[in-house]
Amino acid sequence: MDIIVCIKQVPDTETQIKIDSAGTDVVKDDIKWIMNPYDEFGVEEALRLKEKHGGSVTVVSVGPKRATEAIRTALAMGADKGMLLNDQAFENGDSFSAAKALAAAIKTLPHSVIFCGQRAIDDDNATAGAALAHYLGIPQVCVVTKVEVASDGASLTATRPVEGGNLLIRAQLPCVLTTQKGLNEPRYASLPGIMKAKKKPLEEKSAGDLGLDPSTVGAAGSKTRIRKLTPPPTRKAGQIVQGETVEEKSAKLVKLLHDEAKVV
Amino acid sequence: MAKNICTIAEQRNGELRKITYETVSEARRLADRTGGSVTTILLGGPGIGSKAAGLGAYGADAVIVAEDEALSKYTTDAYCQVIAALVKEKSPSILIMGASSEGKDLSSRLAAALDAGLAMDCTALDLDDNQNLVATRPMYAGKVFAETKFADGCLQMATTRPNVISVAEPDQSRSAAVEKTPVSLDAGSLKTELLDVMADTSGKADLTEAEIIVSGGRGMKDGENFRILEELADVLGATVGASRSAVDAGWRPHRDQVGQTGKVVTPNLYIACGISGSIQHLAGMASSKVIVAINKDPDAPIFQKADYGIVGDLFDYVPVLTEEFKKIKSE
Ligand SMILES: Cc1cc2nc3c(=O)[nH]c(=O)nc-3n(C[C@H](O)[C@H](O)[C@H](O)COP(=O)(O)OP(=O)(O)OC[C@H]3O[C@@H](n4cnc5c(N)ncnc54)[C@H](O)[C@@H]3O)c2cc1C
Repeated sequence: MDIIVCIKQVPDTETQIKIDSAGTDVVKDDIKWIMNPYDEFGVEEALRLKEKHGGSVTVVSVGPKRATEAIRTALAMGADKGMLLNDQAFENGDSFSAAKALAAAIKTLPHSVIFCGQRAIDDDNATAGAALAHYLGIPQVCVVTKVEVASDGASLTATRPVEGGNLLIRAQLPCVLTTQKGLNEPRYASLPGIMKAKKKPLEEKSAGDLGLDPSTVGAAGSKTRIRKLTPPPTRKAGQIVQGETVEEKSAKLVKLLHDEAKVV
Repeated sequence: MAKNICTIAEQRNGELRKITYETVSEARRLADRTGGSVTTILLGGPGIGSKAAGLGAYGADAVIVAEDEALSKYTTDAYCQVIAALVKEKSPSILIMGASSEGKDLSSRLAAALDAGLAMDCTALDLDDNQNLVATRPMYAGKVFAETKFADGCLQMATTRPNVISVAEPDQSRSAAVEKTPVSLDAGSLKTELLDVMADTSGKADLTEAEIIVSGGRGMKDGENFRILEELADVLGATVGASRSAVDAGWRPHRDQVGQTGKVVTPNLYIACGISGSIQHLAGMASSKVIVAINKDPDAPIFQKADYGIVGDLFDYVPVLTEEFKKIKSE
């Protein structure tokens, strides 16, 4: 089974976000970069499917040169090969133009299951997976917590949590799945894994290599752009409820929530 | 030129969901400024059309109803096919739907199919001087808010985060024109199939839709101890959530996790018990309207975000608070 995992390199979750002087982007110097945490679930699930059904795992990322670090991490976890879609033409695009680049690359590769994270923790868009599925003309099952591929390799079933329950969905292959926490526990890259990863194939492709018109991808191909970034609304300092006893403080808090905040 | 707005209704088992009223209300507010009309698209099984006219009171001028057994439950393929065709036919300038799990799944695919711009999971919508949509959405887990603009000429799509848009006071004197549209699905293009719906039988609202959430963290010490949070939640009609530490310890299922890799929640009241308030946890709950923290460490970062705090042992306070809430509820 040929499995593709789309990964994105994003700022570490602890990163303090600073807005740049133009007010339309965040300052990207001195940031610690990691693989998008949701994509780790995709890499792990791909490795498990390969262990069970055989085949290969290819990791694809759109991004600048530094994104090879995220690809190497996936290779060190056990993926077989990587592909970086790196071109100035891909820069500053929305997730639809990234999905267009991914689709063009994936069309050149054998594929039956394609994993994407359910969202990237930088732009928090939750759109790339479904858009990719559309551009490839194949079905999607978004936000999955369980996957089982049928023994004939023609379909899979996936569990998808929604408000108030879980859905069990069957999809024909090839298919895009977007991953959610709960799907698995991603493995760490072992030391031998890291050594081996250095020798694994990692190709780079430009828009031209993929036959993409630069005006359809990156900033030029995007249908949305950021007009302004602002810090989140600040919460005004709260109050610590004072009192002598547990009973007194509890009664006070409940009264505040009832009379002042009016939420109960 | 007056800009027309479409919304997509969301129903479950033939009942309209709250997000449907939120998006119609917001569309009306915007349409009143553009001078355009509001059309809602409603898909569902036979009989769903009976819910359509009522949307007029919230601001819909027209409701297009597609009724078919195959549409009784949401599937990406069928819904996308029918809605894309209807949107093309109506060619609105703006399309608004909910950022629910269904809305996120559908909107992304629909935007790709319609070559539209999409702003996902917005917390506010506005119009610029040219009556183009300006959508505000949190990025980087709420560490920054982005005003999003759309490229010239494309359909401007936005999904709104559940619970942040206020529902208009219904005006019963208004009614919507209901138009039924025939459904013909291309069966060959339906590549997914809903095999089973495993409903959660707890009777509690989903965390993303809950009005009150009582959450526990590592300070709960054990899964068993969540019983005291359940008791408090029962009194408040609340849903119980958890930090990642509590989930990773196996005390609560993954679906209960609030935070960057869990759920983003927007309740009116969030009560954090034994949760330190790490940046990844705050990412999920910082836009709660009122935050209460109970923590024995006075320096816990959660107190920086909490509107009300109690410094103390949660095992002392939670049971007493439960009794106090009971009293106030029975008044
Ligand atoms: C990539 C990534 C993603 C993450 N995603 C999430 C996420 O989605 N959600 C999430 O929550 N975390 C997430 N985390 C983890 C996060 O960094 C914290 O580790 C976690 O939130 C801490 O949980 P906690 O507050 O319950 O535990 P702790 O930080 O250990 O805090 C426990 C608190 O309980 C208090 N306490 C202990 N006993 C009592 C008592 N008897 N009475 C009152 N107070 C008491 C302590 O004073 C302390 O403040 C993520 C981390 C990473 C790296």
